[in-house]
Amino acid sequence: MTDHIETDVVIIGAGPVGLFAVFELGLLDIKCHLVDILPKVGGQCAELYPEKPIYDIPGFPMITGQGLVDNLMAQIDPFHPTFHFNEMVESLESIGTPEAPRFRVKTSENGTTFECKAVVIAAGGGSFLPKKPPIDNIEAYEGTSVFYAVRKMEMFRDKKILIVGGGDSALDWTVNLQPIAKRLTLLHRRDAFRAAPHTVEKMRSLVAAGDMDLHLGQVSSLKGENHVLHGAVIRKDDGSEFTVDCDVMLPFFGLTMKLGPIADWGLNLHENLIPVDTEKFETNVPGIFAIGDINTYPGKLKLILSGFHEGALAAQKIHRYVYPEKKLLFQYTTSSSSLQKKLGVAA
Amino acid sequence: MGVIHVTDRAGQRHTLEAIEGWRVMEIIRDWGLPIEGLCGGACECATCHVFVDGEWLDKLYPPTEEEEDQLDTVVTKPNSRLSCQIIWTPELDGLEVTLAPTGG
Repeated sequence: MTDHIETDVVIIGAGPVGLFAVFELGLLDIKCHLVDILPKVGGQCAELYPEKPIYDIPGFPMITGQGLVDNLMAQIDPFHPTFHFNEMVESLESIGTPEAPRFRVKTSENGTTFECKAVVIAAGGGSFLPKKPPIDNIEAYEGTSVFYAVRKMEMFRDKKILIVGGGDSALDWTVNLQPIAKRLTLLHRRDAFRAAPHTVEKMRSLVAAGDMDLHLGQVSSLKGENHVLHGAVIRKDDGSEFTVDCDVMLPFFGLTMKLGPIADWGLNLHENLIPVDTEKFETNVPGIFAIGDINTYPGKLKLILSGFHEGALAAQKIHRYVYPEKKLLFQYTTSSSSLQKKLGVAA
Repeated sequence: MGVIHVTDRAGQRHTLEAIEGWRVMEIIRDWGLPIEGLCGGACECATCHVFVDGEWLDKLYPPTEEEEDQLDTVVTKPNSRLSCQIIWTPELDGLEVTLAPTGG
């Protein structure tokens, strides 16, 4: 069943800039749905550097990536945004006119369809997708023998599995798939693992008992035919090579960001960034806005604080699309009882 | 002042003027060579992965544990480093690096 949702604005990307746009739009009575490919809010702040300190958020001498995200979530709570996680916007179709824009937005996976009056692209560096190791001809095996995620464990029963990586995903799947695999091999570049200590211990005990293999090195090439893998050639640090027999390879090298389907939406692009004006932060398509790291304009700085500013200005123009009949009165949260009512803090 | 030499993915060698205190990733990016540097130099993404050529590897500060963790997410060689973790100083005049393949 495809979900069909009618709303004012769809925000693509639930990073800090997308989250703050909910606040600025909310003050203007504009309802938002947010779509993110990650299973959580926060974008890069939460995925890449949750513990890292940030020193250039106005009003915060120091705040961590996750701390900023948590605060933004508290700040937008009065506006009850709806989040759609683990979904990537596949298509964005214009079904209105330049004067009265309307869009149909479709996502992958669960296949949600939105109809809305404006779209805000706050997609940062693009979609977080699994890193694909640069191994010759790896594409030929993707989806048949090479997988970047495990959806159904049963697919791997009685297979000779090669897992590559040294983080939590690699170690978790090593421990979980070992019981059903014909033989499991874990390959990592060094004898140190960045994963939960008990999982690493469990893996080491399986190796000690002879129930799985651990090798140190890198995959240098793949052997197989007709999209079916037979083995992987492993190169050790000393340059020597050997082959591991395998039917399946699961590389877990973390996530990277790719622009993805945004390139197909008829928007002008400049070096994978979306040019916007600096009054409304609108793209070449009226009703589609781009804020934060994904946009570009003369003097652009990729700072979170710039994205906050851009969201505030975009909201002013979006108000005209959502409420064409209403005159927008500029107000301050410190003094406006109507804004305070929306924030749930009115006396 | 000094220079670094960067071999791009097509095998072409570029000589770039270096600036003291800049990360090698920043020097490469500033000259417009295709290096991603997605996280901006926070040692969080490994998209500035380079191979350090010849004798130069031993002249660098060794990688931190944090850098090693990030190198785990790409296909490395023994001379792999993250260029955001190499701060250029005049001692590195003539540094030779090669851009690693994209995605790795």
